[in-house]
Amino acid sequence: MSARTIFTRPARRASVAPYIWMVLFFLVPFGFVLKISLSQTAIAQPPYLPLFGLTDGIAGLKAAFAALSLDSFWLLVSDNLYIASYGRSLVVALVSTALLLAIGYPIAYAMARLPRRWQGVAMMLVIVPFWTSFLIRIYAWINILQHDGLLNQILLALHIVSAPVVWLSTDSAMYLGIVYSYLPFMILPLYATLAKQDGALLEAAADLGASRLVAFWRVTFPLSLGGVGAGVLLCFIPIVGEFVIPDLLAGSDSMMIGQTLWLEFFTNKDWPVASALAIVLLALLIVPLLVYDRLQRRALEAR
Amino acid sequence: MTTATDILPDAIAEAPLIVAAYPMPLLRVDGVSKKFGAFTAVDGLSLDIQAGEFFALLGPSGCGKTTLLRMLAGFETPDAGKILLDGEDIAAVLPHQRPVNMMFQNYALFPHLSVRDNIAFGLKRAALPKPEIAARVAEMVALVKLGGLEKRKPDQLSGGQKQRVALARALARRPQLLLLDEPLAALDKKLREETQAELMELQRRLGTTFVIVTHDQDEAMTMADRIGVMKDGRLEQVATPRQLYEAPASRWIAGFVGDINLIEGEVTLQDAHRLTVAAAGAGMLTVAEPKAPLPSRAICLAIRPEKIRLSRRAPTSAGGLNSIEGVVTEVGYLGGLSVYKVQLDHGATLRVALANTNRLDVDAYGVGQKVVAWFAPDDCVVLPR
Ligand SMILES: Nc1ncnc2c1ncn2[C@@H]1O[C@H](COP(=O)(O)OP(=O)(O)OP(=O)(O)O)[C@@H](O)[C@H]1O
Ligand SMILES: [Mg+2]
Repeated sequence: MSARTIFTRPARRASVAPYIWMVLFFLVPFGFVLKISLSQTAIAQPPYLPLFGLTDGIAGLKAAFAALSLDSFWLLVSDNLYIASYGRSLVVALVSTALLLAIGYPIAYAMARLPRRWQGVAMMLVIVPFWTSFLIRIYAWINILQHDGLLNQILLALHIVSAPVVWLSTDSAMYLGIVYSYLPFMILPLYATLAKQDGALLEAAADLGASRLVAFWRVTFPLSLGGVGAGVLLCFIPIVGEFVIPDLLAGSDSMMIGQTLWLEFFTNKDWPVASALAIVLLALLIVPLLVYDRLQRRALEAR
Repeated sequence: MTTATDILPDAIAEAPLIVAAYPMPLLRVDGVSKKFGAFTAVDGLSLDIQAGEFFALLGPSGCGKTTLLRMLAGFETPDAGKILLDGEDIAAVLPHQRPVNMMFQNYALFPHLSVRDNIAFGLKRAALPKPEIAARVAEMVALVKLGGLEKRKPDQLSGGQKQRVALARALARRPQLLLLDEPLAALDKKLREETQAELMELQRRLGTTFVIVTHDQDEAMTMADRIGVMKDGRLEQVATPRQLYEAPASRWIAGFVGDINLIEGEVTLQDAHRLTVAAAGAGMLTVAEPKAPLPSRAICLAIRPEKIRLSRRAPTSAGGLNSIEGVVTEVGYLGGLSVYKVQLDHGATLRVALANTNRLDVDAYGVGQKVVAWFAPDDCVVLPR
């Protein structure tokens, strides 16, 4: 049966809503950004040229179109700074996502194995940090990690180190911050797939001679791959564009793309380059999404 | 063809020897109980099953059949009692190490694996060589008639097809003891009868011991060497199909297994292995004395509908036969049989089943027909009330 026949008329009308949303809040802003990325910087308000307007009529519009160029994009590939930023963003996102998966999977697994009435409590515990502002939580980490912060105090008191360790402004601090902040986004989709798995499948596996470990690898894990994919995307994509955590916790010797973008936009007032950076980032991020989509579709077709 | 000794060589090859050496059943369930909270699902149940036996468990829904099987497979731990397999207590043996396989009531097929990989799952765990696995899977697929569906995933199968995959998967490892929880419930009648025959064939060929749970009494009667009837977590009777049907141990069993007429009565006279009974609504009847002494004079007579005959006039050789007059009030035509409801002149109602031996039965009894119902004393079972 096709979608057309099963949806009633109001339902069909309602199904248009997400498209309107997408056009208003994604495509239109995207058009603005794209246009700015094709413009030139100018000491003006707004700080780029040309401007599209109807004051000079059709001829004015034509002239504005003619003034658009790919200069900003050429700049991105010609300057190592930008390529390095993209590279660092991808590496940081990959490493963080791997850490998140390694930490989040066992937690989600343990949550799904809890007695039913405790699962809700565990879920609350995962979500509770969201009740405090993200920025405040990162500042709290700065407090903990600084020279005479809680962490160093504990390490010194336990005689694990003899002198305070430099934690702040290191990659370790940044990874800690990222893993801490994104863990719920990894745990929740994993928990959702693991919790709905039928326990009888594990009994069947055991009955057929699979030890608990084998049953996990042959049954539980493959059946949770949908959740793994969702968790990985949910973490990887925003981490690539992460700005606050690397800015506050990492050192200043290398920058992630979000930081570079901020620099171009606010310090250099180079809106066209900042926009070009954003557009290339978007193009890069669409790749994993497409891969995920392709895999999902293949999994569905294989059914 | 591969032989049973290819997989689990010790278990299967040695089983008959052990049985011969010690008069020990393959499976001994000894006073096993299982409680869920305050509810007792299995209550001090004892049962011996011989190697190579085909054993069926019958019983109403919720009487503990699945719980018993799950304890045998190792998924539930008994609260009391022992389970011995080949004479050894298997309490400490983990499910994946027991030479027991189970076909689950809701199949529990692996949704991410194809039919072929579902069936091969247990064989891969047994680390069989690849060609052997392929051969065994092909054999199982042929056995349960799933040819052509090997690559499908479980959610692309019908209920009956899923059931057959589950059966094939449990059989593939050729366990010492195979537990089947309502294996054929979702099959249509024809396929079910074919699968029954094939299961019996297979069971004989492999010598595997089968314990099957079923709601279908005909199925249990057809397939099983012995049947255990459960009620409220206990075994009410363990007997061959014929014993169970012809000599039920209690009034409850008599009513549960097959169709039966139950008439309450009072023993008035007892001599020469005959009882004279004043039956409620059926007059004075003469019946055979039961082997076990009766606890009281108040009894219950149980007689199967097909043991009663009907005729328009009283049978001439009425010597020793019970004949009671009545009127046909209902006729149910079932093809091979017709079931007549006869309202006796004394008040009770009897169900009588007669074979439809003639195609054009011009002489059949109609509603309102006055008849005489008669049966021999030996065809009636006397049960304590
Ligand atoms: N895990 C459990 N927790 C609580 N009660 C249970 C549990 N498993 C089974 N029971 C109860 O134990 C009783 C026996 O259940 P069981 O599944 O063995 O019945 P069954 O004989 O297999 O019934 P059916 O023919 O409907 O499959 C039922 O009353 C059931 O509600
Ligand atoms: Mg059951």
